[in-house]
Amino acid sequence: MNPLSLIRPDRQADRVVPPSGHTAWLTSFTAGAMAFLAVFAMALSLAAGRLADRWSDALERTATVRLSAPEDQMDLQTKAVLEILSKTPGIASASAMTDDEQRALLEPWFGPDLPVDALPLPRLIEVTEADSGYDSEGLRQRLAAEAPGAVLDDHTRWRRPLAVAASRLRLLGLLSIGLIGTATAAMITLAANAALAANAQVIRVLRLVGARDSYIARAFVRRFTLRALGGAAVGTALGMLGVALLPSTDTAGGFLTGLGFQGFGWIYPLILPLLAAGVAFLATRASAFRKLQELT
Amino acid sequence: MIALENVAYSYGGGELLSDISLRLAPGSFHFLTGPSGAGKSTFLKLCYGELLPTAGRITLFDREVRGLTRDDIALTRRRIGVVHQDCQFLDHLPLAANVALPLTVAGKPSGAQDLTDLLTWVGLGNLADARPPQLSGGERQRAALARAIIMGPDVILADEPTGNLDWEMSLRLLTLLVELNRMGKTVLIATHDLNLIRQAKSQIAARVLRITKRKIQLAGADL
Repeated sequence: MNPLSLIRPDRQADRVVPPSGHTAWLTSFTAGAMAFLAVFAMALSLAAGRLADRWSDALERTATVRLSAPEDQMDLQTKAVLEILSKTPGIASASAMTDDEQRALLEPWFGPDLPVDALPLPRLIEVTEADSGYDSEGLRQRLAAEAPGAVLDDHTRWRRPLAVAASRLRLLGLLSIGLIGTATAAMITLAANAALAANAQVIRVLRLVGARDSYIARAFVRRFTLRALGGAAVGTALGMLGVALLPSTDTAGGFLTGLGFQGFGWIYPLILPLLAAGVAFLATRASAFRKLQELT
Repeated sequence: MIALENVAYSYGGGELLSDISLRLAPGSFHFLTGPSGAGKSTFLKLCYGELLPTAGRITLFDREVRGLTRDDIALTRRRIGVVHQDCQFLDHLPLAANVALPLTVAGKPSGAQDLTDLLTWVGLGNLADARPPQLSGGERQRAALARAIIMGPDVILADEPTGNLDWEMSLRLLTLLVELNRMGKTVLIATHDLNLIRQAKSQIAARVLRITKRKIQLAGADL
């Protein structure tokens, strides 16, 4: 059965199957509700993907050298570390943070009046990686030899769990879409089976007068596919509206507010009604041919 | 057209029909009679591929029925018009659409004038827009006959077509079937109405078959 044949209206074929209220409603509602949920699962998945990329990009290209040294040697060792970094291939730039910058970094935890001068804080040196990357192990050994108080933190221990968490979140989103699709298929199969069973007499009459299975199946498949398409279109529209109405990053900030679609991302949910129609087509078709074998 | 060779049919462990051989020649007119439960309806179902024989061989239009796919059987049924006693229709469609149903499923156009002529021929010209539940038993039988012949089938099988009809209506239906036979159609009617058979034999050369003890016998002489 050619799916494109579903687009061509066939009033005669449509008429042979009587309209059946509750299965029509169930199919449209199921497709609509599932599409609505799928929009949010898709938004979650896309947001998790963006987050993973953002975290990776930000952390992957930077490193920090933490230098602990007696106060009288701090400047000397800082100079030595910067010297080493400037000569290390793969490092684009390195700069020691000023007291003001360190104060700003600690301000969220200790408040604005932190006496940075009075505390034995380590000196932080921010390192930006070049595209080619650098040999972190070699750098560690050189720092240990020439500036024993310097420790290189390439953010691996931060980056890895964040990347893992974000990719799992993305996977959960995709898994949710898969589960939603499977549940949709199951519900539509049940509705189609109910419709076929309720129309057993119609099917027997059609077979008696020489209707092929494909003709009978097409009448049911076309009806269920179009119902799923319509229901999913409404569900998707409502879901997209819901996502659009989420608070923006500007007003609240944080991860949850990044759940919306961005740019071309708004096109992705438009695939959902077509996916729902495809699922309904396959589910109803399989169900119809199986049921036809049982009934006649 | 339809040929049975040593056909048997078992149902629920017991044999209902046994060792039946018969050939329905083109243009022939047969009655099939026998007591209730003898297997008349089963025999007809074997003749249009609704049931498959448990033994023996059935040939429909020179093709062995066991070798037919479901699509083949559907196509074969377009050449066999079937009328049941409890004829079923699509109740949500008007009578005209029900009668034209074989053309609809075959993707053939149903000429409005031809359809009107056919309905008029079976005496239902004024009921084209009626729904099947509104029809009387006789009207349903005639509508079923119209539906059975609209595709111009080669064979017409009727299972107790006059079972729910009064004598006058039975004769009217019989007259239609005789007319069809005179047009060259092969007709097989399963009935236990011996008066109907006698009436038909006064109009046409009909063979009478009787199912007795699971077998078919020629039973014309005693009628």
